Amino acid sequence: MTPQPMAQNPSPPDNKPFRFFARREKIYPRQVKGKYRRLKWLVMTLTLAVYYLAPLIRWDRGPNAPDQAILIDLPARRAYWFFIEIWPQEVYYLTAILIFAAIALFFVTSLLGRVWCGYFCPQTVWTDLFIAVENLVQGDRVARQRLDKMPLCFEKIWKKTVTHALWLLIGLSTGGAFVFYFNDAPTLWADILQGDVSTTVAWFVAALTFSTYIMAGFSREQVCIYMCPYARFQSAMFDKDTLIIGYDAKRGEPRGKHKAGTSWEGHGHCIDCTACVQVCPMGIDIRKGLQMECIACGLCVDACNDIMDKIQMPRGLIRYDTEIRIEHNIQDKTTWRIMRPRTVYYILVLALVAGLVVYGQVTRKPFEIHALHSRNPLMVRLSDGDVRNGYEIKVLNKTHQDNIYSLRVENLADAALEIKGAGHLTPDRLPVAADEVATFHLFVTATPQAEQSRDITFILRDNATGRLDRYTSMFISGDKK
Amino acid sequence: MGNDDHKKDIDHISGVETTGHEWDGLKELNNPAPRWWLWIFYVSVIWSIGYWIVYPAWPTLSGATKGTFGWTQFEKLKAEQAEIAQRQGQYLSKFHEASFDQIMADPELYAFATAGGASAFKDNCATCHGTGGAGGPGYPNLNDDDWLWGGQIANIYQTIQFGIRSGHDDAHISQMPSFGVDGLLKRDQVTTLVDYVVSLGKPGDHAAHAGYTIFQEKCASCHGPDGKGNREFGAPNLTDALWLYGGTRDTIYKTIYYGRNGVMPYWKGRLDDDTIRQLTVYVHSLGGGEESEPVNDPAAYGPEPLTTGQ
Repeated sequence: MTPQPMAQNPSPPDNKPFRFFARREKIYPRQVKGKYRRLKWLVMTLTLAVYYLAPLIRWDRGPNAPDQAILIDLPARRAYWFFIEIWPQEVYYLTAILIFAAIALFFVTSLLGRVWCGYFCPQTVWTDLFIAVENLVQGDRVARQRLDKMPLCFEKIWKKTVTHALWLLIGLSTGGAFVFYFNDAPTLWADILQGDVSTTVAWFVAALTFSTYIMAGFSREQVCIYMCPYARFQSAMFDKDTLIIGYDAKRGEPRGKHKAGTSWEGHGHCIDCTACVQVCPMGIDIRKGLQMECIACGLCVDACNDIMDKIQMPRGLIRYDTEIRIEHNIQDKTTWRIMRPRTVYYILVLALVAGLVVYGQVTRKPFEIHALHSRNPLMVRLSDGDVRNGYEIKVLNKTHQDNIYSLRVENLADAALEIKGAGHLTPDRLPVAADEVATFHLFVTATPQAEQSRDITFILRDNATGRLDRYTSMFISGDKK
Repeated sequence: MGNDDHKKDIDHISGVETTGHEWDGLKELNNPAPRWWLWIFYVSVIWSIGYWIVYPAWPTLSGATKGTFGWTQFEKLKAEQAEIAQRQGQYLSKFHEASFDQIMADPELYAFATAGGASAFKDNCATCHGTGGAGGPGYPNLNDDDWLWGGQIANIYQTIQFGIRSGHDDAHISQMPSFGVDGLLKRDQVTTLVDYVVSLGKPGDHAAHAGYTIFQEKCASCHGPDGKGNREFGAPNLTDALWLYGGTRDTIYKTIYYGRNGVMPYWKGRLDDDTIRQLTVYVHSLGGGEESEPVNDPAAYGPEPLTTGQ
């Protein structure tokens, strides 16, 4: 085959080289006022308040457990969330909560579009905060563009320095709040003030300071476009009844400049002022239709409504509505179909997962037994011909008080149980301290069984409440000797 | 490059300059490493010079350069071992002071002893007794309830310290004679005796057996008239279900004909007394350990009780 690469890949018509890599164009979002902007401020305030203040909330769990409402205690391997307490082996609760969160995201997205992205996502919240800082120090869009083009001078130096210093300060407080979720907040706060923190804490604060600074200061919309998986697959939850940011092309086109007082005949209502483009934190033109980049923040709606008011045309050229309603220009509020197969499925799955979590919490055992059969040796033959097996019995006391348990074995006739260890422990008296896991070395002796390995069940009883927990293990009688 | 007269060969699809090399019509694009990457590389190179100075780096004829920090792996190991020893120290001093009775009653000391004993056991004892202490033919199973020289703490402590037929002055010593080899019994007598020993584990009138007289004459002095053994001489119980060398007729014949004199080395002097005491508690914990008989003198269970005056 003769090489003909050039013929098969004709160059673009303008004969400019085609680039596979597009350099990022820095976005200078203009400040805007309006309904959605106010909503965004409100949500930002709420989410930041939750993030910073949640670790300070106290929740009384008695004397043997921490009183912080939300705490992931890694050294002790416990996670606390108000009334929920999770031990490492119950980490499936976390899975369930994450599944619930994911389905809830799907549900909300199928109804309201990407409101998570536009209002609640930390990337959005912190980026918005950082842009607000830029706006405060350097001025609005045009001033910032001018400042960036400016040669190095005193004004540029101090404005940039103050901006970055404030960003770093926000980053530091972000990292500082993060570590409170993993430590007792008041104690750690006192330690921080005294400059006496562990290397781990210092590293996490530094790492989160740095990542906040980079993500909200520099990466910004690139996180949503290139890094975030949700951004990509949320379009799979969209249908024609999902609320989106839509441009009413029928009303707007043909767009063009319009002189005040002249007729609108032959003119669309879009006067091509590009206000919607200037305010967009994602740097897109919503008039090109719904795009993957759009995070549904609604700032272009505010900007356009503002312009419509000025040219005395009805609001809503760009609006927050369903695709089908924008297409057919429906104004009647009742035509928004909320119950659709998609949303019904999501509700059912949400109810199922929530039910499982609640069921799990309600039926959560206050204690557990686990038995690990000794493998070296598997069994011991005794001088009278009996056989002895060893077990490591672990008793999990998940309550916040010291308890005493008793142990017996089922499905093994004439079994003798003996606890080996210091002190005077007997199978009838196994003390386990509050919130602790105790290990007991148990020997079970019985006559050789017909089966080489017989299934037996250990039954642990809480002496105070009489509740039982079972664990199936085995009794090995013979190694074919 | 560098020669501006040289016409740059731009690939018009990607807009990237090629290196000018061509293979069968394929050209290589010149995409140099990003500058930030190169800068990290250069900084790393400069940084490495610091390493050469402060850390051991260059081989010399007699070793290597020392580095200004004076760092060596041996020093690091020493420091880490010192840290471990210091951490163990708080328990070890308490353990050192405690008697066996105190250790057996204190969960913390008991855990320390069994953990340390388990580790020492794997290093020193597992070769013969197995990692789980289950032994094998000729090597006693330490998990069961059959003890040649006694299964109380004091017995185990003594056995580990001085061994069995180990050559130590305080070692357990006894002899199972080679009845056949030394001509003490004829072959048919040995066979009869094997029959008798095998029958001991089963109910019946043992006195009526042909081997009864031979047993009373040759064996009963150590194994006892009823064959139940004697811990004074480390003579095993012949009536129970456990056999150190094996319970088949063939093995029992060999045992009587050739004799058995297993050796366990003494550990006193090779392991320090705390380690031996940890091993004692560990072996006792394996399951066969017997309750200590009450003694009047508590000091008998203290550190090094059996060496004094010997």
